[in-house]
Amino acid sequence: MAKILMKGNEAIAEAAVQAGCRFFFGYPITPQNQIPEYMSRRLPQVGGCFLQAESEVSAINMVYGAAGSGARVMTSSSSPGISLKQEGISYIAGAQLPCVVINMVRGGPGLGSIQPAQSDYYQATRGGGHGDYRMVVLAPASIQEGVELVQEAFDIADTYRMPVMLLGDGMLGQMMEPVEFGTYTPREVPAKDWATVGTGGKRKPNIVNSLYMDPAELERMNLAMDATYEKIKKTEVKCEQYMTEDAELVLAAYGTTARIAKSAISIARKELGIKVGLIRPITLWPFPEAAFAQTAAQDSVKAFLSVEMSTGQMVDDVRLSVNGKKPVHFYGRAGGMIPTPRDIVAKIREILGGKA
Amino acid sequence: MSRITIHIGHFGSGKTEISLDKAMRLASAGEKVSLVDLDNVNPYFRSGEKRPELEALGIEVHTPTFEGSTVDVPSLPATIQRVFAQKDRRVIFDAGGDPTGAGVLGRYHRWLEEDDTQVLCVVNTLRPWTATVDDILWMMQEMSEHCRLPVTGMIHNTNLARETRAEHVVQGQRLVDEVSEKSGIPVVAIYGLESVLKALPEPFKAQYSALLTPLSLRMRPAWLDGTE
Repeated sequence: MAKILMKGNEAIAEAAVQAGCRFFFGYPITPQNQIPEYMSRRLPQVGGCFLQAESEVSAINMVYGAAGSGARVMTSSSSPGISLKQEGISYIAGAQLPCVVINMVRGGPGLGSIQPAQSDYYQATRGGGHGDYRMVVLAPASIQEGVELVQEAFDIADTYRMPVMLLGDGMLGQMMEPVEFGTYTPREVPAKDWATVGTGGKRKPNIVNSLYMDPAELERMNLAMDATYEKIKKTEVKCEQYMTEDAELVLAAYGTTARIAKSAISIARKELGIKVGLIRPITLWPFPEAAFAQTAAQDSVKAFLSVEMSTGQMVDDVRLSVNGKKPVHFYGRAGGMIPTPRDIVAKIREILGGKA
Repeated sequence: MSRITIHIGHFGSGKTEISLDKAMRLASAGEKVSLVDLDNVNPYFRSGEKRPELEALGIEVHTPTFEGSTVDVPSLPATIQRVFAQKDRRVIFDAGGDPTGAGVLGRYHRWLEEDDTQVLCVVNTLRPWTATVDDILWMMQEMSEHCRLPVTGMIHNTNLARETRAEHVVQGQRLVDEVSEKSGIPVVAIYGLESVLKALPEPFKAQYSALLTPLSLRMRPAWLDGTE
């Protein structure tokens, strides 16, 4: 299929439709409005249903309902709206239902700003709602990757019966890039024999529920979910390693920031002769711990530098993975400000001291 | 060229890049220029972000304001009204990227109708809702109704950002020519990166030589395309 020019938000919406998403429930918020706008025009063309709910709380509970009946369903929002959806996400996780949630992150806390940020990392990777649950969190760095990851998100959600989040930021949602569809090969996913679609009088009713009055029964469910999460940690980790083979300093960055980090690497190598590499987590949960641990063990590597559009969140996971083997530094911009490649290079020079 | 030029078009058509380019060229040629950013649709990549570069050329920049506001919807400053009184200035309006965005222009249609105004619709045929003749006609009609002004010309700007090739422009021109024929609205310019225009086939260049206009991209951060 030929390439077309799309905004990140539009491309992600189209990719969801191509993945078989037929239901979208949402509520507007900048900078992700092109997702619901696109869905409102596109879903009726394929016999789907777009509904603008009266609030984020309603939207996520409509997602709960559609997911319970086995539909491929998605919602999207940006930071404050995602906070409102957390109760519903926890219920969906508790009821072990598949759905896809898009967060095009903006500066926070509170209403914050409408400019890009990565300050919802903790919320996304620790389970933003209550209870012992995780979501697979995918972080694309380009619109093309976003298109592929959204399609995969539906497959992952169906495979493990859990909500999957795509964590972008306003920049990824608003920027335009050429994209191509039809590049993703769908996975085989299990049949949804648990869905509440009517028994036809032929079987026991399926029940969608997250309330367990017997603690022993809830513990069994918690342990079963935990076993799934452990399996996911083994099978679903994704990251990109870029020029780490000979690196003396390894950057850690995801999403938009990883693009800026690559520009910084090119400047550091070309202009200053400093060997810098990058580990770019594509799954933020499960975190690519092994890639960091192995790189930390590499003789050439002197230090790590986590670069984020926050005051330091993913850096905690980098530290846990590096496990004290090498120093881990941090550089961030916050509030909707974007680091420049030159800012990162200046920090690299500072860390490596007199050299360069 | 009219005293007032309005660029309308779907987001991604290239209105903002073309508005900046036109304003800067006119100012560099010694004209007095005002640029009005009326975009209340796109939160990012707005011409107002280039205020220092524009003001350095003596261009008066009017942008919607977020100040004093507790919502993330911008409001229009009263200073915009000034451009209708400053008859010695050339004015470029960069409208919002869809029919709703074009609606903001309706606020000024009384003054725009009285003045020497051209409304140019920028079309990129490699965008989802403007990829067919019918879609382009629909989008143009909707925007025209929302801004309460007739479209007087089309700017063809088919592009895939830095991945644009000459064949994209050639294919896009067929659609735009058909839209022009059906609507009676003339194509007044074909914009493209200099390298793309150079690579166009000779017969195309000969046929459209008066319309070809090179464009430099000013809004895309260098790291987006790995050019720094």
